[in-house]
Amino acid sequence: MGDRTMLKGDQAVAAGVRSTQPDVVSAYPITPQTGIVETLSEMHADGELDGEFLKVDSEFNAASSCIGASAAGARVFSATCSQGLKLMSEPLFTAAGMRLPVVMAVANRSLSAPISIWNDHTDAFAERDGGMIQFFAKDVQEAVDTVFVAYRVAEDPTISLPALVNLDGFILTHVKEPVDVPDEAAVSSYLPDREPFATLDPSDPTTMGGVGRPEHWTEARYAVQEAMLRSREVIAEATEAFGDQFGRKYGLEYDGMLETVGPVDADLALVCLGSLAGTVEHVIADHPADVKLVRPRVIRPFPAEQLRQALAGVEAVSVMQKENSPGYQGSLASELKSALYGSDTQPAVRSYVLGLAGRDVSHDDIEAVIEETGEAAEDGHPRRFLAEERWPQLKGDLLDMEVTQA
Amino acid sequence: MSSPPEPDAVLSYDDDLFTPGHRACAGCAPALAMRHLTEATGENTIISMATGCMEVISSPFPESSWGVSWIHDVFANAPGVASGIEAAYRAFDRKASEEFTDHDDVNFVVVAGDGATFDIGIRSLSGMMDRGHDVLYVCYDNEAYMNTGIQRSSATPLGASTSTSPPGKESLGDDTSKKDMPAIAAAHGCSYVASASIGYPQDFKQKIERGLEHDGPKYVQVQAPCMLGWEFDPAEAVTVAQLAVETGLQPLFEVVDGELVDVMRIRDRKPVREYLECQGRFDHLFETGEGEEVIEQLQEFVDERADELDLDA
Repeated sequence: MGDRTMLKGDQAVAAGVRSTQPDVVSAYPITPQTGIVETLSEMHADGELDGEFLKVDSEFNAASSCIGASAAGARVFSATCSQGLKLMSEPLFTAAGMRLPVVMAVANRSLSAPISIWNDHTDAFAERDGGMIQFFAKDVQEAVDTVFVAYRVAEDPTISLPALVNLDGFILTHVKEPVDVPDEAAVSSYLPDREPFATLDPSDPTTMGGVGRPEHWTEARYAVQEAMLRSREVIAEATEAFGDQFGRKYGLEYDGMLETVGPVDADLALVCLGSLAGTVEHVIADHPADVKLVRPRVIRPFPAEQLRQALAGVEAVSVMQKENSPGYQGSLASELKSALYGSDTQPAVRSYVLGLAGRDVSHDDIEAVIEETGEAAEDGHPRRFLAEERWPQLKGDLLDMEVTQA
Repeated sequence: MSSPPEPDAVLSYDDDLFTPGHRACAGCAPALAMRHLTEATGENTIISMATGCMEVISSPFPESSWGVSWIHDVFANAPGVASGIEAAYRAFDRKASEEFTDHDDVNFVVVAGDGATFDIGIRSLSGMMDRGHDVLYVCYDNEAYMNTGIQRSSATPLGASTSTSPPGKESLGDDTSKKDMPAIAAAHGCSYVASASIGYPQDFKQKIERGLEHDGPKYVQVQAPCMLGWEFDPAEAVTVAQLAVETGLQPLFEVVDGELVDVMRIRDRKPVREYLECQGRFDHLFETGEGEEVIEQLQEFVDERADELDLDA
C-alpha cells in the first residue's frame, strides 16, 4: 500500500498510472490535463516507467498509437480533454468497435466556441455514443482509484472496451489533496496482466478492422452494446474487490454505479456528476429540507436501475449539469427521465444547466435549486417531467446582441 | 500416338501472403503492388493499413486476403497505429517477455494510398517519421481517391480529369501539380526514401527489401495505375506504368540518408504526350489550344526534373 501524501490531482493520477505499469503511454499536452502527461514524462525520464512513452504529434495520433499498441496486446494509457478529446474522437469510436481496451484520463473542460480552458462536462458528453465506458470521479482520491477499476473493467476479456476516467479540470487536476496512491505491488495483485483475445502476432496472423458490410455491421454494434451492458456486473465486482483490498468503498449498495448522501427517505434529490457533488454534500449536510444527493459514478453504462432505486419515493429531483444538448436540454436530465419512465415513482424532474466553462457553482446556487425543487414537490401534479430547463447563472445583460437574443 | 504431357493442373497460391479472391478490378495495379510487397516483406510482418481501395477490396468480413498480421483503423491514422504497434513491441522486448517475437525480427509496415499519404494522413506520417519509429511506409500511388469515385488528391497530376477536377468551360482538369512527397519524406530525415513503379516489380521488391534493412522510418512510393480512374484497357496496366517511367513523369530513384544514390536512367526518353494519349483522363487536353499548353507545361516540368536527376542515359 502507498502512503497518504499531499498531491495535486494531475500528479496523483500520474502516480496511479505508474502503479499499473502500462506498456505504452502516448499523450499530447492540453490544459488542464497537461500535468498528467508532464508528470508521466518525468517518471519516464527517471526510469520509473518501464514502458514506452510516445511524445506524439496530436491527440489524434495519441489515440491512434494507443489503438495500435492495444491491438498488439499492450496495456496503454493516454490523457486528454476538450478539443483534444474531440480530435481523438474518430479513432476512439473504432477502439470500441474493434474491442480494444484503452484507458484514458479526461480532465474535463468545455468545448469551443468561445474557447475556454475551464471545467465543464461538454467534452465527455460529446463522446457519449462512442462505446466508451465513462467514469466520473468526485475527488482526487476517487480519480486515482478509478484508474485501477477502469483498467480492470476495460481489459476484462469479456468486456474489452475503451474507458474514460473523467475528473473535473482544474477543480481536481490542480488541487492538492491528501491521497493514498497504491504502489505497484498492491496494484498488480488487484489488476491482472492483460490477456487479450487476439493480438497482432506475426506467428498467428490476424486481420483486424476489416470492412463490415450490412450483413455483419449490426452484430458488431450489438456486441458493443452487450459488452457495455455486461460491464455493469464487472464494474460492480471490480469496485467491490477494490474496496476489499484497499478499504475505499464506492457506492457498493448501488453496484459501484452511483453514490448517495443524505436521508434514505428524502423527499427531494439533487443529481450531479463529479466534483460538484462535494459542494452539494456541504450544502445538504446542514440543510433544513430533507434532501439527498444522488451521484452517478458512471454514465456509460448508464446506471438506470440504480437511479430508479435511489430515487424511489422521492417527490422532486433536480439535475444539476455542466452540459447541455442545444435544441433539447442537458443530456443527464433527459437520460434520467428516460430511466424513470414507467417506474413506480414519478418525481418531478427539473433540469439545471450551470457551472459551464468554469463558472463557480456556489452554496447559494445550490440553495436556490433546493428551494425550487421543494416548490416542484409541493406543486401537486405527480408524473411530470418538466420540459422547461433552467439556466440560473445566466447573465441577461450579456445577451444584448442580435446573434444572442432574438 | 502418345498424349501430350499433363500441364500443372492447378496454380498454387498456398504461399501467397496477399491471396487471390479479393474484390479488386481486373487489371488492378495496386493489387499487384500488394502481392509484390508481401513477397518482399515475408510473413514476419505487421501491416497497418489506411482506408483506401486496397483496404476495401481485401478485408470485407469474414474474408481476408491478408496472410500477414494486418490492422486497419481509420483513413488518416495508419502511421499513428503503426507507431503504437512498434512501440508495444519495443516495450515487450524491454520486459523480456519470452512469448513475443523479437522486435528486431518484425517488419512494421504501413500501407496507404496517395490520399491517405499526401493529404489526410500527412500529419500522422510526419509524426511517425519525426519520432523515428522503425516502420516502413509504403504509399501506393494511383493519383486520386479511386474507391470512392475518382476524386482528386494532391497526388493527382496537372491536367488530369477526376470527378472533382472535371474539365469544363473554365477548367482543364486538375489545376495543381503533384505534391512531391518523397522530398517531404526525405526532409524528415528518413534513412531510406525510394520511388518505384509497378511496371518494374523486381525493382519495387528490391526497394522494399533494402528499405527494411534500414533502422528508423523509411518511405517507398510506388506508382500503381488505376484502370478505372485513368481510363485504359485493363490489360495495359503494366504498360501504362512503364510509360510513366519511360517519359520521365515517374522517375525511379533512391535517397539514402538524404543523398540521392541511385536513379534509373532512361534511354531515349519518350515525349510526355505519348503517356497522356493512352489514358482517358487526359483526353480533353488534346481538344483545345489551352490543353496543348498544359501538355507543354508538363513536358517542361519533366525536362527540368530530368536535368536535376540526371535522368537521361
